[in-house]
Amino acid sequence: MKPRPATGRRILNFLVNVAASLAASAGIIILLWIIIMLAYKGIPALNLDFFLHLPTPPMIPGGGLANAILGTLLLTVLATIFAVPIGLLAGICLGEFGQQSKLADLCRFAANVLTGMPSIIVGIFVYGLLVLPLGNFSGLAGAVALAIIMLPVVARTTEDMLRLVPDPLRESALAIGAPRWKVTLAIVFRAARAGIITGVLLGVARVSGETAPLLFTALNSPYMMSSLMHPMPNLTVTIFNYAMSPYEDWQRLAWGASLLITAAVLVLNILARFIFGERKS
Amino acid sequence: MPQAKDIVIPATARPRIRFNADTVFKGVTVVAAVVVPIIIAGIFWELLILSWPALKKFGWRFFVTEVWNPVTQQFGAASSIYGTVISTLIAMVLAVPMSIVIALFLVELAPRSVSKVVSNLIELLAAIPSIIYGMWGLFIFAPFMAKYVQPFLGQHLGFLPLFTGPPMGIGMLTAGVILAFMILPFITAICRDVFSLVPPVLKESGYGVGATTWEVTYKITLPYGIVGVLGGIFLGLGRALGETMAVTFVIGNTHKISLSLFAPGNSIASSLANEFAEATEPIYLSSLIALGLVLFLFTFLVQVISQIMLRRLYRGWSIKL
Repeated sequence: MKPRPATGRRILNFLVNVAASLAASAGIIILLWIIIMLAYKGIPALNLDFFLHLPTPPMIPGGGLANAILGTLLLTVLATIFAVPIGLLAGICLGEFGQQSKLADLCRFAANVLTGMPSIIVGIFVYGLLVLPLGNFSGLAGAVALAIIMLPVVARTTEDMLRLVPDPLRESALAIGAPRWKVTLAIVFRAARAGIITGVLLGVARVSGETAPLLFTALNSPYMMSSLMHPMPNLTVTIFNYAMSPYEDWQRLAWGASLLITAAVLVLNILARFIFGERKS
Repeated sequence: MPQAKDIVIPATARPRIRFNADTVFKGVTVVAAVVVPIIIAGIFWELLILSWPALKKFGWRFFVTEVWNPVTQQFGAASSIYGTVISTLIAMVLAVPMSIVIALFLVELAPRSVSKVVSNLIELLAAIPSIIYGMWGLFIFAPFMAKYVQPFLGQHLGFLPLFTGPPMGIGMLTAGVILAFMILPFITAICRDVFSLVPPVLKESGYGVGATTWEVTYKITLPYGIVGVLGGIFLGLGRALGETMAVTFVIGNTHKISLSLFAPGNSIASSLANEFAEATEPIYLSSLIALGLVLFLFTFLVQVISQIMLRRLYRGWSIKL
């Protein structure tokens, strides 16, 4: 074999290293660029009116998004209530009972596929499932759509976290005569608690910024919500509508809402990481 | 002690009672798990039913016709499919090499503390909601593209038909670039995991015979973890295909196929988000949902491929899934 001169290879290596460092910095710059612009454009919009008042027609000052903030909170809480119990149970099935079974394999596969399913498709599904039969866009449909998006996230993290619990813990509980369900709920769950909370928080963070499925289900409304069976005001669809409008004060509100949503989602994410990190160390 | 109560129960009855409680518990969890595949089957079924009128009326021509005219009730998916494919392609061309070199940076170059911070920050990019990318894209990034990037490309690469036309900011190229930022963290995370799981002995033997960092990555790490990297790429591909809000803000929303990347276009997801509210005619709505069916089949296929690849990787390296 002919020895190759080292200079060319070193130069190539150097160039790749530079490219790698630049690419990593580019990723961080984009993140900071987005956050700084959100703060710059959004902070002026966040005053007391923003949190306390209903939207006003364009050009009339004093409008806020109190209804949309409440609506988004309500949708997220409802979705969490729907998705978390089913997600936890599904995670138990996959993690505790389904190491070898074909059915569990199928469910795990389906959960991974559903995690990657575009949220707008879930929106159409719930539109056909709840909106068309009931004849009305509704907050309930919106919450169901968000729950479907959240479900696989919770199920898969629960499974992963249950698997991290060492088997001797289960065996010692079984050995003193505890039934299997008690072992899972009282022993294994307690050991995996931090990880499971992390999964739920990540699920909540994922759905609270969702827009596309709500376009087909909860829609939006400029009024305070009255019932779950009517269109439900929410921040993300409001951002979409207001940003596309030509009115400056509406666009300003859209920036405020964007900042609020992003701050909430980032805080949830960082909190989730923190809780999980605590557990590991 | 609660266990004390158990002793009172006659010994013969005890195993049966326990067996029942455990069976019920297991049954409930299995039902909960089966909900997930049922949802996917339900999505497919619902899309098929709702898009049937359009598919029946237009037949296979629906997929190759560019016309999209709500006034004459003529609909074709060609421009949306084209837009989805092209914007995704731009995103992949930018995001894949970037992700691989970022993973290289995180695993091989950066000191541990720096690597940890950088990889956390990159992962936060994935946490930012799609609509925020849309806001930022429409008001900040599109003007930036129009002012600096597109004139530059037009000047130096204007001989290619891809980079002709007025630099408006809004259009296919901007959508593709923003998509690239959005899928970057997904591909990076998987590449990083794959790279760091390559046995050190392999890398060290590479370094031992005098290979540079790049040569070790290119000739040892990448081939060893290629299944995982491909799985990650397909995962990113699936995300890019179905990304809705960010694209809707910046792609321009016209049902036209143009060769220039500066021109506005549309994607399946952006058409759905943008036109759903105005689709009052049944055939219009049905055509939109037929677009959704196409998107479902695209992403389903991509997801399945990505899962098979990642699964093979995990099996091959005997890592628990």
